[in-house]
Amino acid sequence: MAEQKMVNLTIEGRSVSVAEGTMILEAAKTVGILIPHYCYHPGLPIAGVCRMCLVEVEKAPKLAPSCATTVAEGQVVHVHSEKSLDARKGVLEMLLINHPLDCPICDQSGECELQDYTYQEGRLDSRYREPKRFNPAEDFGGDVMYVPNRCILCTRCVRFMDDVAHEPTLNVSERGDRAVIGKFEGRDMTHPWAANVIDLCPVGALLSKDFLNKARAWELDRTASICPNCTQGCNVIMETRENQIVRMRPRANEHVNAFFMCDWGRLNYRWMNEKERVEQPMMRNGSSGLAATSWEKAISVAARALTGKKVFVAASPMLSNESLFLLTQLMQGGSGAFRVAEGEEAPLAGVEDLALRRERAANVHGAETLGFKKTKDLLAGLGQGDVLLIAGEDLAGVDLSEVSRASEVVVISSVMPLGLERASVVLPIANFSEEEGTVTNLRGRVQRFTQARQAPGETRPSWLVLGDLLGAMGKQFSFFLPSEVFTKLASLHKSFAGLNYESIGFKGLPVVDAPHTGPSTPIAVGAA
Amino acid sequence: MGFPHLPHSRETTVLSKYFGDAEARTLAGWKKRGGYKALEKALDMQPAEIVNIVKESGLRGRGGAGFPTGLKWSFMKPGDGKPHYLCCNADESEPGTFKDRELMRWTPHALVEGCAIGAYAIGAETAYVYIRGEFTEPLYWMEEAVKEAYAAGIIGKNAMGSGKRIDVHVHKGAGAYICGEETALMESLEGRRGNPRIKPPFPAVSGVFGMPTTINNVETLIAAAPILLNGADWYKKMSLSSPKSTGTKLYSVCGNVQRPGTYEVVMGFPFKEFLLDLCGGPLHGRKFKAIIPGGASVPIQNMEEAEATLMDYEGFVAQGSMLGSGGVIVIDDAQPMVTVIARIARFFAHESCAQCTQCREGTAWTTKILERIRDGEGTMEDLDTLLDIAEQMTGKTICVLSDSCAVPVVSGIKKFRNEFEALIQGRRFHPVTAAVA
Repeated sequence: MAEQKMVNLTIEGRSVSVAEGTMILEAAKTVGILIPHYCYHPGLPIAGVCRMCLVEVEKAPKLAPSCATTVAEGQVVHVHSEKSLDARKGVLEMLLINHPLDCPICDQSGECELQDYTYQEGRLDSRYREPKRFNPAEDFGGDVMYVPNRCILCTRCVRFMDDVAHEPTLNVSERGDRAVIGKFEGRDMTHPWAANVIDLCPVGALLSKDFLNKARAWELDRTASICPNCTQGCNVIMETRENQIVRMRPRANEHVNAFFMCDWGRLNYRWMNEKERVEQPMMRNGSSGLAATSWEKAISVAARALTGKKVFVAASPMLSNESLFLLTQLMQGGSGAFRVAEGEEAPLAGVEDLALRRERAANVHGAETLGFKKTKDLLAGLGQGDVLLIAGEDLAGVDLSEVSRASEVVVISSVMPLGLERASVVLPIANFSEEEGTVTNLRGRVQRFTQARQAPGETRPSWLVLGDLLGAMGKQFSFFLPSEVFTKLASLHKSFAGLNYESIGFKGLPVVDAPHTGPSTPIAVGAA
Repeated sequence: MGFPHLPHSRETTVLSKYFGDAEARTLAGWKKRGGYKALEKALDMQPAEIVNIVKESGLRGRGGAGFPTGLKWSFMKPGDGKPHYLCCNADESEPGTFKDRELMRWTPHALVEGCAIGAYAIGAETAYVYIRGEFTEPLYWMEEAVKEAYAAGIIGKNAMGSGKRIDVHVHKGAGAYICGEETALMESLEGRRGNPRIKPPFPAVSGVFGMPTTINNVETLIAAAPILLNGADWYKKMSLSSPKSTGTKLYSVCGNVQRPGTYEVVMGFPFKEFLLDLCGGPLHGRKFKAIIPGGASVPIQNMEEAEATLMDYEGFVAQGSMLGSGGVIVIDDAQPMVTVIARIARFFAHESCAQCTQCREGTAWTTKILERIRDGEGTMEDLDTLLDIAEQMTGKTICVLSDSCAVPVVSGIKKFRNEFEALIQGRRFHPVTAAVA
């Protein structure tokens, strides 16, 4: 790789050294200075229209838009000088003159950049005395609603649809202060990635219909996680209110999903709030069927059922690497299989190697790496007389007559498999949003997810239950943290060699033998 | 010539010589009047020689900014392996300006010739003439002229038998003022919404279709032909004042004046005599009050300033304004200034492309305040607010439309504050009474 030429400059008195061609705004970020901006977004082509990021560059005749001005050797930049503060104050006042100031009823309130910067450096009052411009709210199709009165016309949404989604749908209609974001005739925001414009919108102009009026931003708890809905493994933030997931939003990761996530993944979070759960350990009690019992009892019964037997594991590809690894440890000569739901692949054209994948589960690659067989016929590998261990599978659509081959059935799951009558013991586990662990995406990238909600009832994390079970079976596994499970996995499995939770961090790392590590440099987004 | 009037004896008609002469519109008629001789001569020269002559002549851009034309042409590096383009900015939309319209109506072949010379000089094979959408008649004549020129082999694959390819395309705009801004014009030409681009890169580096492009005003390109024929010295001598302003300039005069029309005078002509003698002075019983000398976006002059002005690039600046496009708007004592300025602001608010915040919101806000003051609902604080908004609108946006809106407001408030205050304090201004008195 060619040596990149570095440029030295001073921003707010701090010396900065960045690669040639970097914009001042990005250079300032490297020394912890955020220059206020609206239209600029690192994932979109530069527009330079909001004029919010104006900074004073010594020896330049005019204030410079820092998003569109490249660094130069010896440049001295003042971000908070009187002149630049005055210009930004002017922009903020102008942006607010036609703004309805309806923060109390606006979904964006609390996470609104217009609000933030106005509090930070805007005027205390407005000198505007004229009637405000009014345009009615509009349904843009898909999950997107447009409230033009709050729009600051930064055109991030327009540029996303044009240059990232490659499906021009939005435009700036009209001119002057009559301008609004418009839709091309016959087009709707039904592109599979269209809802990203909601996150991109710095104000409350583009709103999610799904999230509309559900919660205020400050009521939400935010958790770093991975979208469990396909093998891409987009980094997300799971947002919960009162222990319910109310929204999933993308978390930037230049190696996986840039700044985006697809609509299907985004809106497919309700299953994690599912109320019909197994909340207590249960065991078969003679002929009276399953009855609640204690964890100690249930674990020892399960251990007794498994010890010395050949075990066939029907696993869910939603389970973490940690749990799948522990499952492999109790097969005792048996095998494991999983099946995965499928849908249409939907790529995001402007970003390299980013798509809603055909296989709709988080850890398909991890399961395969750990030796589970991907199959359409889930129970095909179940041998006569094996113990069937159902791990996280709901068995929907499976021919349950095949279960009769099993000598005994043990269930470790968060929901009770439908129609299954032969389970001798049921161990309730947390679902994806309720525990911590790692998953491996289709490019072999191991990524951590953390606990977003509390598990109901007596439910325990799957790695803990499986660890206890192995302990009860005399395998001398004892884990107090999922990181310990992972360390064990890394020590035993060559693909995961050398990895641990610290090194994986929150952006993930590829497994040793990853089929394709994905773009190693930040994903090229859009056509600048 | 002060067309439609007969030429005044003090005019110097170089470009406007054939205004009103219908025969000059045709190829045969134009050739009879010496047309295409300059192009023939140019094609025998090296492009660099042409650029040098134009540089030497001191010709400056006639569209408003007054950038030296030869210098602009010299930015186009020959042999860079990229196609070069010439754009002719015929999107003459500046309120009060209509000189290019007359040039294209009466001497369309002069522009074809100018485009061909310009294109050859900058190493371009293609010239685009971007004509304002409302200019239906100039468009018709331009299209006719281009058709004739192609048929006669003057332009095309083998321009005048020189072996050089020069194509001229006429493109009709859709009527947006902002498309007269050079980069917006290019966006529009490429088929997109006419939004100005961020500079740098400048057109000479990345213009039409991302290629090196030179963009010139109609009058500038047409002036190149007589310069080539008569030499740089001849052109340089046509100046009564500063050596930085040379040649002749067309002025389109409108407003409250006896003889509105298009006039051509040499640089440095006294503005007072121009207004009183050539244009015939004020209407009967009226007095001049203010002049906007270069289209709606330049500062308004009061009469002391106007009468002291020598008509060239430096002369107008020295008297608090700018030469701009040469669209002289004459305002007499029957006109309420606030109404005039509010109308100008409304124009800019209507035409803002809506990219930059200050322009989109500022032009509209300015208009609303001005119209409120005009209607007698203003306050003294409004004047301070207007000046402050104008400050925010100056030098902070992608293009200068926003500045253009601020300029008449600031100069208007500064020079005619009494009229604003009279309206605010309830002393309504009665134009008719003023006119009679």
